[in-house]
Amino acid sequence: MKIVVCIKQVPDTKGGVKFKPDGTLDRAAMLTIMNPDDKAGLEAALRLKDSMGAEVTVITMGLPKADAVLREAFAMGADKGILVTDRVLGGADTWATSSTLAAAIKNLDYDLIITGRQAIDGDTAQVGPQISEHLDIPVISYAADIKIEGDYVIVKRQYDDRYHTLKVKMPCLLTALQELDEPRDMTPGGIFDAFDKEVTVWGRADLKELADENMGLAGSPTQIAKASDKVRKGAGEKVTPDSPQEAVQYIFGKLDEKHIV
Amino acid sequence: MGLEEYKGVAIFAQQVDGKLSSIALELLGKGKELAADLDTKEVTAVLIGSDIKGLADELAEYGADKVIVIDDPELKEYRTEPYAHALASAINEYKPEIMLVGATAIGRDLGPRVSARIHTGLTADCTSLDIGDFPLEPIPGKESEQKHKQLLMTRPAFGGNTIATIACPNHRPQMATVRPGVMQKAEPKKGAKAEIIEYNPGFKPDHKYVEILDIVKEVSNVADIMDAKILVSGGRGVGSPENFKLLDDLAEAIGGTVSCSRAVVDAGWKPKDMQVGQTGKTVRPQVYFAIGISGAIQHVAGMEESDIIVAINKDEDAPIFDVADYGVVGDLNKILPDLTAKIKEARAAKKN
Repeated sequence: MKIVVCIKQVPDTKGGVKFKPDGTLDRAAMLTIMNPDDKAGLEAALRLKDSMGAEVTVITMGLPKADAVLREAFAMGADKGILVTDRVLGGADTWATSSTLAAAIKNLDYDLIITGRQAIDGDTAQVGPQISEHLDIPVISYAADIKIEGDYVIVKRQYDDRYHTLKVKMPCLLTALQELDEPRDMTPGGIFDAFDKEVTVWGRADLKELADENMGLAGSPTQIAKASDKVRKGAGEKVTPDSPQEAVQYIFGKLDEKHIV
Repeated sequence: MGLEEYKGVAIFAQQVDGKLSSIALELLGKGKELAADLDTKEVTAVLIGSDIKGLADELAEYGADKVIVIDDPELKEYRTEPYAHALASAINEYKPEIMLVGATAIGRDLGPRVSARIHTGLTADCTSLDIGDFPLEPIPGKESEQKHKQLLMTRPAFGGNTIATIACPNHRPQMATVRPGVMQKAEPKKGAKAEIIEYNPGFKPDHKYVEILDIVKEVSNVADIMDAKILVSGGRGVGSPENFKLLDDLAEAIGGTVSCSRAVVDAGWKPKDMQVGQTGKTVRPQVYFAIGISGAIQHVAGMEESDIIVAINKDEDAPIFDVADYGVVGDLNKILPDLTAKIKEARAAKKN
């Protein structure tokens, strides 16, 4: 079985987030990690590899430095890594990103594609389902459990108040939740190998199925009008009462003042 | 693409088991406001399911001028493909300039698939929508290129650290998913009627249709925390599932509902539908008690719009104090029982 896992190098959103003057993200200025949902998706793929044998290819689109996230995937156990990088692909929204990744995946053989549900920078949860549409294959979002039965995948999918158990014929695309599988650590041997392994680098010219009008900033239907750091409501009062009674008096007083009690 | 062919506002009227989701009515409320600023002031609800025509009147009462009903047995339970086919076909047929979908688990699966199919932009998880100019300010020398009456979609990103306003100037419809609990429903007009349009694009199961083997519903007795006027919310600092009794008591005394942080759900103390925050629910009650909640940014993103935030935490450096209107550094185990007693006492006194 051949599994393709889409992973993304994302800024660690616990740190500072920076923008360039044109309102687009200044990714170069931020610390980066492998997106958590993608890492869970990679783990799910590696478990299938462990249990039934599979070739796991990780693919990412980004700046040349996104090579690091592929090396991390190698160290966890991925077999092949592809970096899609080209200046003309930059500034892509989810439409252009999914069109580009779909074009790259069309160069590969695959039975199963796994993406994370959403990346912690954009939080859109769109690229996975959009890739499946461009490839004309079924999608199951929010996979909580994955089993393979012959040519079919049986997926437990969670939404709102219910679980669906769904059966779908491969090839198909699944989006993984961070909760799906606890990612394994990189192994020392794996880390060692990770730097010997070759990353395949694809630029614009390697993406034969990608139309010019569907890529990069110009191929993005959505455009940023304005982006800024969020201005939070300032802190109100903070008190450290000497006794619980005083604390109760304080809270009760405030609630009473606002006619809530 | 003839952009001018696209007119009016449409909303996806999500229903589950033949019951309209709250988000459908919220989208109608917002859709009405947006339509008032457009040339075509109509709001159309797209109602998709099986045996659901009876819901059209409810949509009319909450502001729908037209209801497109797509009723087919294939649409009984939500599945990506038949729903995507239904919505994409309706958009191609009726051409709204704006298409709003709830940022629910269903909407966040359906929206991207549909936007990719019809080749338009989709802005996820919007918290604010307006009609305005794009670019916001005309570019000197290119004043005539500024577009008017565009949908300006505002959303948080980067874990709530930033806020971006996005437009979709050259594709139609302008599509957004909208976070539940943020937009206001309109006051229902009893007896209002909408024009009903029955439409069926035909459903032929193909390789993209998944088979549903089993459906397990998690029975929930919990009142919806998004509807609560007062929320008493607990975090890991509450200490144990048993200790949530203190919060239950306070909630009962003050007429509130108990909710919790992600840490509490992860620990298995409370079910997921009680969780407030970015991966849980967005709430904006009149009063939000944050009890033993440190205030991670993902939690704050789900509750910071509350009118009044009262925080109790023994850690004086907890970030929750940065957003609290009234912060108390202290031991919740000592404060809560007395506070509950005091509120009960005051309520009893008022009755007499």
